[in-house]
Amino acid sequence: MKKFLSILLAAAMLCCLSVSLAGCGSSDTLILNVYNWGEYISDGSEGSFDTIHAFESWYEETYGHKLKVNYDTYASNEDMYNKISSGAVSYDVIVPSDYMIARMADEGMLLPLNFDNIPNYQYIEDSFRGLYYDPDDQYSVPYTYGVVGIIYNANAVDKADIGGWDLMWNDKYAGQILQFNNSRDAFATAQYKLGLDVNDTDKSSWDAALTELKTQAPLVKSYVMDEVYNMMESGEAAVAAYYVGDYFTMVDAQAESVDLQCFVPEVTNYFVDAMCIPSCCQNKELAEIFINYMLSAEPAIANAEYIYYASPNSLVYNDAGYQEELGEEAMAILYPEIGDFSQYYNKYAFRNLDSETLDYLNSLWEALKIS
Amino acid sequence: MRNASAPARRGLVYRMVLAPYSVWAFLFILVPLIFVAYYAFTDQNFNFTLDNITRFFTATSTVNDGAVTREIHTYLVIFVRSLKLAVISTAICLIMGYPMAYIISRASQRTQNVLITLIMIPMWMNFLIRTYAWMTILQDTGILNGLLARIGLGPVHIIGTEAAVIIGMVYDYFPYMILPIYSVMAKMDVKLLEAARDLGCNSAGVLRRVIWPLSLPGVISGVIMVLIPSISTFYISQKLGNGKFYLIGDAIEGQYAANNLHFAAAIAFILMVILLVCMALMQRGANKKAMVM
Amino acid sequence: MKTSSKIYTALIMLFLFAPIAILLVFSFNESKSLSVFSKFSLYWYKELIRDSETLNAVKNTLLLAFCAAAISTVMGTAAAVGMNKLRNRYVRAVMDTATNIPMINPEIITGISLMLMFVFVGRLFGAATSLSFWTMLIAHVTFCLPYVILQVLPKLQQMDKSLPEAAMDLGCTPVRAFFKVEIPEIMPGIVTGLIMAFTLSLDDFVISYFTAGNGFQTLPIRIFNMTKKTVTPKMYALATITFFVILALLLISNLSDGETYRQMKLAKQKKKAKS
Repeated sequence: MKKFLSILLAAAMLCCLSVSLAGCGSSDTLILNVYNWGEYISDGSEGSFDTIHAFESWYEETYGHKLKVNYDTYASNEDMYNKISSGAVSYDVIVPSDYMIARMADEGMLLPLNFDNIPNYQYIEDSFRGLYYDPDDQYSVPYTYGVVGIIYNANAVDKADIGGWDLMWNDKYAGQILQFNNSRDAFATAQYKLGLDVNDTDKSSWDAALTELKTQAPLVKSYVMDEVYNMMESGEAAVAAYYVGDYFTMVDAQAESVDLQCFVPEVTNYFVDAMCIPSCCQNKELAEIFINYMLSAEPAIANAEYIYYASPNSLVYNDAGYQEELGEEAMAILYPEIGDFSQYYNKYAFRNLDSETLDYLNSLWEALKIS
Repeated sequence: MRNASAPARRGLVYRMVLAPYSVWAFLFILVPLIFVAYYAFTDQNFNFTLDNITRFFTATSTVNDGAVTREIHTYLVIFVRSLKLAVISTAICLIMGYPMAYIISRASQRTQNVLITLIMIPMWMNFLIRTYAWMTILQDTGILNGLLARIGLGPVHIIGTEAAVIIGMVYDYFPYMILPIYSVMAKMDVKLLEAARDLGCNSAGVLRRVIWPLSLPGVISGVIMVLIPSISTFYISQKLGNGKFYLIGDAIEGQYAANNLHFAAAIAFILMVILLVCMALMQRGANKKAMVM
Repeated sequence: MKTSSKIYTALIMLFLFAPIAILLVFSFNESKSLSVFSKFSLYWYKELIRDSETLNAVKNTLLLAFCAAAISTVMGTAAAVGMNKLRNRYVRAVMDTATNIPMINPEIITGISLMLMFVFVGRLFGAATSLSFWTMLIAHVTFCLPYVILQVLPKLQQMDKSLPEAAMDLGCTPVRAFFKVEIPEIMPGIVTGLIMAFTLSLDDFVISYFTAGNGFQTLPIRIFNMTKKTVTPKMYALATITFFVILALLLISNLSDGETYRQMKLAKQKKKAKS
């Protein structure tokens, strides 16, 4: 055993050393710290564009200075918020979702951007300006947006039943329905179904949604987040509400007996994830140059193709190559016709709930889960 | 001369070897604990309050049980449920692990090394990925049901049941039960067992009167190492329980996600106090038993 | 081994390795799914080799796990030796309790409370960012320590107390007696403690996340953060490779162990023949 351990130790030390020696950089290199969602940038895998390395070499060519990007990831807005707000780390660029931008801006955690350094902002569509979380367009540059849709297995679900949120409550599919395992998204499905406001501060509105979710509970196979992929791909479940962009990932991997389709209910949740600069930023100009770079054609298109979420950048969705890559059907699902986006968005999107409502929502969620 | 001073010197040596850990435990266990307590006893504006603590014991939710509607104490029910699953998992770990540890400890030195390593290897794969793999096995359309169908059995519905959560817990904590029991058994004197047999003990008697009491320190270590962490686990219940088993770990995670760090800290604090009291009682019981023997 | 023991061992191994077998099979899957096998392909292995971020995360993880396991084993063993000799019941109770706390506290609470403390101390010394590799290492050592102590303590309790005394009566210094007599006696406990500490450190996500500084991500952090989208099958490939590397090392060490054993036997026989 001792011998085995020492061999193991030696092998690992050797590999650590060799990698760390190779990774030595000089001290006058600029450092940019980027904090983004996991799997939320085209990273060179599967033959895609390697955004971070491309930016590093582009920067060196343009400004004649070496640059190293420290690229870290997080799994939820709350994780990111807690870490930044503690003051334990410092990042130059972050990508929060809409309601979190509103909250962070409110708490003075974001810096106003200098748009002189971000000329590519011109490519962001007008309908993505002045959205509720950043009414004066000071703090954020939209990165992606998306919508919650209903994904279903066409081999198990009747065409006649699709179209609205009712499908998630249809007892024909009892034991085959997947609901969100996160309180806000799950309650929203009930609220949209009932025609309620998802940002209501009135408790009775949330109570009504809870009653609806309790009726649904016996029909629900599972409350899921990332497990949704495996369950839908294998035909284990037939109906799931999830982010539409992720539907394409599931289609790519579906079993032969499964035919996944997707539709977007008339009233549903749109979200925007946007690039921001937190107040702990060490090099604001560099951060703005990075944001500007992310808006230019090549990285923007590569990212949109990699992430499979819709892009607010006109360079992306007007690009013939991008449209061809996605195909007509996917384009129609990702970019549905909803008239004026900002009007729709400001009406139905999630806003930052005050702590009392959030607490109430959480206690209702617990009540649902333990009954 | 030398003999007289030796015990005193030895005492000093023992205190010295304990010193680094004492300092470490103070700095990195007790001080963070003060942070937890501070959060538990304050509100969002950091004013002193007992609300978080009382809320744990008094919060209720309405539950519809068929036609009957009842009020239940939310967190007490969640706590009892977590405790129940953790106790069942620990018991299964012990029942499965004890014979395994015995078999390993009686094998040749080389086989021992191989088996111990084999038992640890699965834990070196990422936790999340391991849990995904279990989902693939246990799903209604999964591997297990595929195999059962082939031999004309099943299908069995496991995923989303209590059984699935317990399987997940047992799987993840199993090595932590085997290792301490094994390391105690490995040094057990074989002559003792032979002597017991020579004195007319049958196998069951040897086990009950010799092996079990001698392995007790290992068993206690193992039980603590499995039971305690499994109470506050949250990931397994979400993935293998189809999100339908809301355990105390889930409650803490939920409070954290709902931006209520103070109540999350309060739940953790209460959990800690309850468990520490239980363990103190358990340890006292064990010590008494050890003394009797 | 008896046949019944063999069967039982086989069943336990089946239980332990069933999920690993799934990972192994699906790492050769062409599509991204972990539930539907479409076509055999080495695609994800090629992807993994090209993924410098993941390889870097593997390096970070190993470095951290080795340091954490080594430090916690040494400190934990020393602590167990000291605790075993404590005569004062109350001091002993305090130490026991302190040891149990890191195991009881849910990871998220340990992670956040450690982070808050590091930030607090960092501010005292005027540091801009207070997290780094060292804070992460401290956190890992902290949650590994109880496992090491709980491994070594039972061995000490089981040890024949007269052994070190006898050694000292025969003229050993206490330190020498400790290293020559006690350490070999409790070695299995130390080794299993080391393995446990290494394993725990290798797989921790929550505490690592909250104590990691800029630009130092471990593999579990990288994998867990993929869950907004889907975890790429590259990670299944990585798990498969890990598995085979360990298996190979195990085989090598066993063969060489076998070799030394044989040589020792030969030497003994020679000695016997001579006399």
